Amino acid sequence: MLADALFLQLGYNATLVAVGAALLGLSAGVTGTFLFLRKRALVSDAISHATLPGVGLAFLLLVALGGDGRSLIGLMLGSAVSAWVGLLCVSWLTRRTRLAEDAAIGAVLSVFFGFGVVLLTVIQTLSSGRQAGLEGFLLGSTAGMLWNDALIIALGGAVTLALVMLWRRPMTLVAFDPDYAQAQGVPVGRFDLAMMGLVMAVTVVGLKIVGLILIVALLIIPPVTARFWTEQADRVVWLSGLIGGVSAYMGAAISASAPNLPTGPIIVLTSFAFFAFSLFLAPNRGLLAAVLRYRQFQRRVHLRQGLLALAQGQPIYERLTLRLLQRAGLARADGVATDEGRARAAKALRDEKRWEIVRADHAHEGAAERYDGLTEIEAVLTPDQIAEIDRRIGGPQGVPA
Amino acid sequence: MSGSEFVPLSLTPLLIGICAAVACALPGNFLVLRRQALIGDAISHVVLPGIVVAFLVTGVVSAWPMMLGAAGAAIVAVVLIEAVRRLGRIEPGAAMGVIFTAMFAGGVLLLEQSDTSNVHLDVEHALYGNLESLIWLDATGWASLWDREALAGLPVELPRIFVTLLGVILFTWLFWRPLALSTFDEGFAQTLGMRTTVLSLALVIVAAIAAVAAFDAVGSIIVIAMFICPPAAARLMTNRLERQVAWSIVFAVISAVLGYVLAGYGPLWLGFADAVSAAGMIATVSGVILALTAMFGPCRTRSGAPQEI
Repeated sequence: MLADALFLQLGYNATLVAVGAALLGLSAGVTGTFLFLRKRALVSDAISHATLPGVGLAFLLLVALGGDGRSLIGLMLGSAVSAWVGLLCVSWLTRRTRLAEDAAIGAVLSVFFGFGVVLLTVIQTLSSGRQAGLEGFLLGSTAGMLWNDALIIALGGAVTLALVMLWRRPMTLVAFDPDYAQAQGVPVGRFDLAMMGLVMAVTVVGLKIVGLILIVALLIIPPVTARFWTEQADRVVWLSGLIGGVSAYMGAAISASAPNLPTGPIIVLTSFAFFAFSLFLAPNRGLLAAVLRYRQFQRRVHLRQGLLALAQGQPIYERLTLRLLQRAGLARADGVATDEGRARAAKALRDEKRWEIVRADHAHEGAAERYDGLTEIEAVLTPDQIAEIDRRIGGPQGVPA
Repeated sequence: MSGSEFVPLSLTPLLIGICAAVACALPGNFLVLRRQALIGDAISHVVLPGIVVAFLVTGVVSAWPMMLGAAGAAIVAVVLIEAVRRLGRIEPGAAMGVIFTAMFAGGVLLLEQSDTSNVHLDVEHALYGNLESLIWLDATGWASLWDREALAGLPVELPRIFVTLLGVILFTWLFWRPLALSTFDEGFAQTLGMRTTVLSLALVIVAAIAAVAAFDAVGSIIVIAMFICPPAAARLMTNRLERQVAWSIVFAVISAVLGYVLAGYGPLWLGFADAVSAAGMIATVSGVILALTAMFGPCRTRSGAPQEI
């Protein structure tokens, strides 16, 4: 059943939903990246909540004009207008008052949402029955997606993507380093606004599929996930789009494969699964990689300390140290050094003495900074310099040559 | 309006609304100053999976398991956000966004899977609350306030939110000095030997408890709005923390009372037959107050910062 869904074998409507969701996920992932890199991920939360009063007002207006009230275009226009007003409120509060951005975001999202709920109750009392489906905007509903709806979503997604392609250079610059961008003559304010406009477009388009609460997830989770895998801004953008698209597609397919699996939450949980996977397993930034790095570091410290102990004839009590020495063939199980162990230990001790001189000598300041007890002195100084230092140490004193 | 109508129908929702608003606004003051304002938003979203899990485990719709479930989920969320932030080296806003949306999605999925809609545990209820329905049927008038029998019929939400409010006040009062110090100068507080991490966690937990207790009665919209709007508005009124807290309480009470009255009677004045959502209206009023202070408040701009034109 799931395989059928993944390969679009579940009929016309499921296919429509899956393709629509994938397009939406792709554009949300790409757009959200700029927001994430600009460290304003939660602005999307304010934007999405601010769409609700627009939906309500648009419905009321459409009904007042004698229309159906549920035309997707009308509701989308309404939500776009109120999201834009909400966005302006956030930026006005942040710029013109001393409130921090997070307080401005929270205030706008709760007040707009609250007002939207007031409007929804008005609609409920006005015309029982006709408002059916309006609540789908809260949590998303794809069951009744029509060809026209899918077309709007696809078009919206495509336009957003095209604009991102067009503006990605300046937007990346602004997202990473607004001051530098300003110095380069990039109109930072205008591109910030453009970025927000794109986020708003994605939010409005996505309302119908995942609902206003969960669209935030599609804008935030894919970029965060993509960031684990690469350091390059361009790649984060495309990878995030890919992750967003794939998780939306898979989510839609999974939700079509069984009853009682709401599309929006499944899509969000799918992308969260990608996130969790990356958090643990990504190279460099992942947890597993960090743990391995730590273990390796720990081994090097223990080995070094063990060698110094051997050189000074001190007994080794630390079990891990002993085991590491033994495995490297430097010591026997009873802690007595092998021939090779004695040689390495003597070198370790001599290097330590060399470092001591390097660190005491201002001429070697640069090299001394790299002393961490682990770096080989050969990696920092040239053979000539080492020879020079060795001359200062003098011949062997009390250590068997 | 006569007591015989007001006391049973409006007194308890009004009191519950006021208590919830103040209980959220108090910790909100510190959260807003610490730039953690959105923690209330995150908590009120993750409460949903907690409530659903509590229902699935116990099988009953009863207050205590759900409160425990919600509080547990809130704490899990706070820990997860912190873990993702530190382990993944992700900025706090994004870490919060990842966790609360995923947990909310999990909650909605569980809800749909377990078919709990027949026990009045639906998402809309969780969002809007049901302040209007918390009526005191046993009351007949003002005299009922001294009537033991009638008092037994008080909605259980009232004593619960009242106790929560007392707890929040007690916490704020007991830890006033450390809270204030660590909010304004964490480094200095640390040099005095304060355990600022513990204190900050305690603040978030108190906020979570207030959120959960209020959530149960009034829905998540008020919770988020009251955590942020009254403290933010109060911040634009004064430079002193004591006065800010006092203002925030005043604003919270005004929002609750005015919002409730407007929701219940406003439509009647305009000639409509039915009331609108009280929770939504309270949030709206708090937003209007914030807008007014942002335009006219005496301390609305950063002092010393250059004025933008």
